[in-house]
Amino acid sequence: MQNAFGETQNIVVLGGMSEIGLAIARRLITPSTKSVVLACRRPDEASTQVASLRRDGVDVRAVAFDAADTDSHEAFMDGIRRDHGDPDVVILAFGQLGDQTRFDEDPASAVKVAHVNYTGAVSISLHVARQLRRQGHGRLVVLSSVAGERVRKPNFVYGSTKAGLDGFAQGLSDSLEGSGARVLIVRPGFVHSAMTTGMKAAPFATTPDAVAEVTVRGLKSGRRIVWAPGILRWVFTVLRHLPGPVWRRMPVG
Amino acid sequence: MEKPMSTDFASTRLTGWGLTAPSVARVATVAPSDLAACVKDSGVRGVIARGLGRSYGDAAQNSGGSVLRVSGSISDVVVDRASATVTASAAVSLDDLLKVIVPQGFFVPVTPGTRFVTVGGAIASDIHGKNHHADGSFGVHVRRLSLLLADGTVRELSPTMDPELFWATVGGMGLTGIILDATFAVIPIETSRCVVSTIRCDDLDELLSEMSVGDDEHRYSVSWVDLLARGRSFGRGVLWRGDHARVSDLDAKQAVEPLKYEPKHLATVPPIVPPPGFVNLLTSRLFNELWLRKEPRRKDGQIKSIPGYFHPLDSIGSWNRLYGPRGFIQYQFVVPFEREDALRRCIEMVVESRLASPLVVLKRFGAANRAPLSFPMPGWTLTVDMPAGADGLSDLCRRLDDVVLEAGGRHYLAKDAHTRAESIVRGYPRLSEWRRVRDAVDPDRVWQSDLSRRLTLLG
Repeated sequence: MQNAFGETQNIVVLGGMSEIGLAIARRLITPSTKSVVLACRRPDEASTQVASLRRDGVDVRAVAFDAADTDSHEAFMDGIRRDHGDPDVVILAFGQLGDQTRFDEDPASAVKVAHVNYTGAVSISLHVARQLRRQGHGRLVVLSSVAGERVRKPNFVYGSTKAGLDGFAQGLSDSLEGSGARVLIVRPGFVHSAMTTGMKAAPFATTPDAVAEVTVRGLKSGRRIVWAPGILRWVFTVLRHLPGPVWRRMPVG
Repeated sequence: MEKPMSTDFASTRLTGWGLTAPSVARVATVAPSDLAACVKDSGVRGVIARGLGRSYGDAAQNSGGSVLRVSGSISDVVVDRASATVTASAAVSLDDLLKVIVPQGFFVPVTPGTRFVTVGGAIASDIHGKNHHADGSFGVHVRRLSLLLADGTVRELSPTMDPELFWATVGGMGLTGIILDATFAVIPIETSRCVVSTIRCDDLDELLSEMSVGDDEHRYSVSWVDLLARGRSFGRGVLWRGDHARVSDLDAKQAVEPLKYEPKHLATVPPIVPPPGFVNLLTSRLFNELWLRKEPRRKDGQIKSIPGYFHPLDSIGSWNRLYGPRGFIQYQFVVPFEREDALRRCIEMVVESRLASPLVVLKRFGAANRAPLSFPMPGWTLTVDMPAGADGLSDLCRRLDDVVLEAGGRHYLAKDAHTRAESIVRGYPRLSEWRRVRDAVDPDRVWQSDLSRRLTLLG
């Protein structure tokens, strides 16, 4: 349950190795927090991440979760409810970039990315939404991306999964209206993190912690969509309407 | 049992009076005869009763479960003049009750700062008022009550009949069952007025010492403290003491109708108040200054009406909206006598924070009662409203909690919207005793609320 200050007791990070997911969890931890679950494929490799969130009185643990294995998602959510009680905030932070340069030769690897980023996200989101609807409160934070706002050539598989996920999350948000459960869609720009190491930073690049700050502020104020940094909302208002020939020549990324 | 056809549940977003931590529950207004069936169908998220929703936090919310309002009518109220008792259904408000009993020469045994609470809520929260030092809390005036249990049966309870469950229900926050009706003592009065004496104090030392002498000569006593004043004026305030007026206290005009009772409604705050609301440091300081200056330094024998003395805020509808959409919390604690140092430290912390609104109450409690979860105990209780969205409020509350708990004090569940399970375990040493009595009549945990979940009250 949350208290009068909107502080939460139980936090779940789907994609427990995600730097953005961890940064959001770190900012959500207060003395009211009882548990943080880092859901990831290989929980035994998450000890550093678990240790980084550990505080007095907070039960932090890594739990096995495979976004691609959609058949396991129902049991996963049942386990969360059984072991920790009502999840107050669930952060959907997993996602793969993949190697766009290989996709033409190896379409199967593109399918894998699409399966995790979109199908897996749709599946677990619906299971989370069902739990939140039943409990009459709670938030699902969906990490979308500006890459889905207007999909670009250099990462169009990844971008298209985020476009799909973003649209899905908007619809899910509408469908949860009046249930007590709510969705917050976070649209970060280029984030300096392990996923983007070695890549050329796009303009308005940001950090996991800056995204986390925007996210937590969005949760507090009850927003439905936040951009990180906020200026990207206006940048993309313009970019979205650029003619194709201009868009293709944009130097970004 | 047949499923009641009349019960219409509606998914409803609920908050307490503080407008914080909303959640959605299935809400229905149910006749007492249909309650048992509703409770049987409740499902894993359980049931909680809700009266007028004046608990400040999440006591009468039950996210994902059922919230039942019990229908009841003022026409069922029975006044027994000989024994000076009233029998009323739990849904009856003190507001409606006063309109019936004051003209007959009776007053409720205990009233909080608002008359918009129900009899059921008064018992479940074991409410206290300005007469706590003289008369104790609401629960000690209850002669009997009937309680709907989790298994659908109704049990008669009194201080002599099943006393353990009776006292677990008093102050039990609705987590032992749904109170259906109750019989309780009322106070015989000659008039509907109060005789009030006022003392204005320049600092905290003066206020505390004035409060410490002479409370016993009055039935009612309460102080207001300016929690924004610093320096030499630190802890300045006003002490009001009162008693029910006798006919001989009234002037000729008032004495014509000594029991006349007409509470007035001045205005209602509109539903939309833009953030951050109207309560801020500037408006609060202005209010405090004017509020203090309007009071005489020392005056005896002022005649005030019941609403004027007991329920001044009730004349403004939905005043809770003044804090804006993020709402507010009402922080209330008690610390034992001899721990004035802790009281002083808390007041210092609130003053330093600059977060206090003008709504502040300081009172000396009398003896505690037998209920394991009853809030009052001999000592000082301070109540302060603060806007929930304010920066640093969460941190302030935690530091206050530490001081209060270290001093052997505790927090009031009917006001709580922020404490943690550990704070309740420390503040209420008889919690496990209460759980044992409660579990015996509700092993499947039918009675649940957001409060019980947040604070792990059921264990």
